[in-house]
Amino acid sequence: MSPKPKLAIYWASSCGGCEIAFVNLHEKILEVDAQVDFVFCPCLLDTKKKDLETMEDGSIAITFFDGAIRTEENEEMAHLLRRKSQLLVAYGACAWQGGIPSLSNFHSKEDHFDTIYLSGPTIDNPGGVTPQPSTVVPEGTLRLPRFNEKVKTLAEVVEVDYFMPGCPPESQQIWKVIESIVNGCPLPPKGSVIGAGTSTVCEECAREKHDKTVKTFHRTFEMQPDPKTCLLEQGIICMGIATRDGCTALCPKVNMPCTGCYGPPQGVTDQGAKMVAALGSILDAGDYKGLTPEQLAERVDAMLDSVPDPAGTYYKYAAAGSMLGGRTA
Amino acid sequence: MKRISINPITRLEGHGTIEILLDEQGNVANTYFQVPELRGFEQFCVARRAEDMPEITSRICGVCPEAHHMAAVKALDKLFAVEPPSAAKKLRELFYMAFFVTDHTTHFYALGGPDFILGPDAPPAERNILGVVRKVGLEIGKQVMECRARNHHVIEMLGGRAIHPTAGVPGGWSKSLSEEAGAEVQAIAEKNIEFALFTLQLFDKLVLGNSAYLDLVTSEVYLHRTYSMGTVDENNRLNFYDGKIRVVDPDGHEFLKYDASEYASHIAERVEPWTYLKFPYLKKLGWKGFTDGSESGVYAATPLARLNVCDGLTTSRAQEHFERFYQTFGSRKVNGRFQPVHYRLATHWARLIELLYAAERMKELAMDPEITSPEVRNIPQRVAGEGIGCVEAPRGTLTHHYVTDENAILKRVNLVVGTTNNYAAMSMSIKRVAEKLIHGHAVIEEGLLNRVEMAFRLYDPCLSCATHSLPGSMPLIVNIRNLRGEVLKSLRRD
Repeated sequence: MSPKPKLAIYWASSCGGCEIAFVNLHEKILEVDAQVDFVFCPCLLDTKKKDLETMEDGSIAITFFDGAIRTEENEEMAHLLRRKSQLLVAYGACAWQGGIPSLSNFHSKEDHFDTIYLSGPTIDNPGGVTPQPSTVVPEGTLRLPRFNEKVKTLAEVVEVDYFMPGCPPESQQIWKVIESIVNGCPLPPKGSVIGAGTSTVCEECAREKHDKTVKTFHRTFEMQPDPKTCLLEQGIICMGIATRDGCTALCPKVNMPCTGCYGPPQGVTDQGAKMVAALGSILDAGDYKGLTPEQLAERVDAMLDSVPDPAGTYYKYAAAGSMLGGRTA
Repeated sequence: MKRISINPITRLEGHGTIEILLDEQGNVANTYFQVPELRGFEQFCVARRAEDMPEITSRICGVCPEAHHMAAVKALDKLFAVEPPSAAKKLRELFYMAFFVTDHTTHFYALGGPDFILGPDAPPAERNILGVVRKVGLEIGKQVMECRARNHHVIEMLGGRAIHPTAGVPGGWSKSLSEEAGAEVQAIAEKNIEFALFTLQLFDKLVLGNSAYLDLVTSEVYLHRTYSMGTVDENNRLNFYDGKIRVVDPDGHEFLKYDASEYASHIAERVEPWTYLKFPYLKKLGWKGFTDGSESGVYAATPLARLNVCDGLTTSRAQEHFERFYQTFGSRKVNGRFQPVHYRLATHWARLIELLYAAERMKELAMDPEITSPEVRNIPQRVAGEGIGCVEAPRGTLTHHYVTDENAILKRVNLVVGTTNNYAAMSMSIKRVAEKLIHGHAVIEEGLLNRVEMAFRLYDPCLSCATHSLPGSMPLIVNIRNLRGEVLKSLRRD
């Protein structure tokens, strides 16, 4: 019998939801255990970094790497796992596009520092102490990993074979991917998005859609939406139109808008740009007779400007991977 | 000086490093539990829309997103000055109980439990959930998975998603529960009660029935007499969803009882240069260093602490186990409340009593005729501009505090999360264990290091939660201290 292929999951700057999504395969995890040999997952197994270092290069068949690259430690682990793995999957929204932690790229480091260690309402820090990469204590020197300037995606740091969207990826999608790997199905071209569809969330959303025209936008706390009609038509910013399918449109099922966690659809690189273009095309600018094209454009811009926090809304899961490049919007 | 590093600390959620520094004689000079990672939620939530907070802050932690979701939603109720309908509060609590059942189950069987079920000296490769399944049998393993599966199903049904829920809105919940779904949840709650009772029996057999483990639980090694914190209802009974924060001193006297909105008057946070995580402490007592006792502001907010602060539990079977728990440790009742238990490893047992309570409470709520009411949402009429929300997360009292402009755009965010509460206590437990188990260059066996890790795994620390903040690159700092640890001189290279 040939040895079972080795599988690793690693968690960088992440919340651990991707791991829980894996564990939420529930009884199927036993099938996975029968088919593969788990070698590295610090949250559930006692295997430590030194064990990983002693393994031969390329000896892990596939590594699911979740979380963004925030610290030098994250980056180091990305290089180590790339070396040890035949296939490296950017697993989840953070590894693919930076995810919610990359909203941090819209703020300066100094502001982070000030809020967290110096000026918060519970901070008691008259000496202005802040964490240091190296601290000498009476018994020796303690080190902390240095932080990168910005949150980066996994592909900005190492070569990535596949991208798997979702915050977190839905368990049934994870199962499909694992199943096709253990069954030896032919692999898609390198660089493909796996574990998702190729269209948009709207395609799998059961809400009734009409000719979309929107007069004004509403925030979710302002209204109880109709449970059957398209949320965007009701003026709620629903990202479904600019988001890849694969989740079965879970959020709209409970009367909440899609917020874009599955990333841009096939053929789109910038999710926010896609969303703004989509909104521009469905806005009802009212009676535009007698308006010059410039005046009409101004009116559309004013309506788009009525949405607060466009960067955090249209790039909620994709700030690091977007064309904004992390610049403050 | 010799140094022992344990990196990364496995089987806890997030990242952490323990440094044990030895002196010339090979005894422990000091230990440092460092948290080497931060993300920055308190800053990057600024300029976001307030209503996005239940969604954004659930990404603080994929293990307990429901806790952040709920603290955020409660903060939004205040921020938008809106009271949810009674049915919405019950629906939220029902959702929250399903979460507690699955979370405590995950901890016992997958994270903290392997230390007991397999033993601290089991080979590292076996000390995990799959090893547990091999030890206790596939049938029990399947029951654990079924328990997680059915409760995640409830979480998805009520919250919209199995991980990172979406249904919490200021003033209530975005979707009501159908009669049919309500009946399904009730059946699940009944199964949960059976499962919790079974798990308590298993704990009896494996730990209470094993004198070596029981000796470990009651040894001085894992003993810390600190303050305890938790949430109680109007009758001083345990509650996870709502109530007042109660703090009792090491002898069990009530020290504080306050509304969540007053948290900043009672909690302060200390910053140390060698870790990215802050150390909360009781403001009235002040920071006295890593020390326990009634003079120190260090407190614990854990399942054990929650049992220590309450007068009892509202559900019958959990109450029976609660009484048995205190009687087993010889705790007497003073002024109607059991004296606190301070054996930290007893936290595992306390967690299972909470598991039973959550299951019983879930059934009560599922049977409540109001639970299927369509009235689950009130629309806010104004923006009050500030909101503080508090819940008991599985790992301790969780507080979200938001300040916005008149358009409900965030200006300031402060978060004191479950695990962070226990950071000082965890550091002390680690030091104590290292001191007791390492002498004169004694050979460091894997099991010994694992016992050091056990010292904090009992807190079920979620460093993912705790590392919600992030700094920039920093200069070197050198502290010169006297024997009392007072800084005589601080040098800085910028």
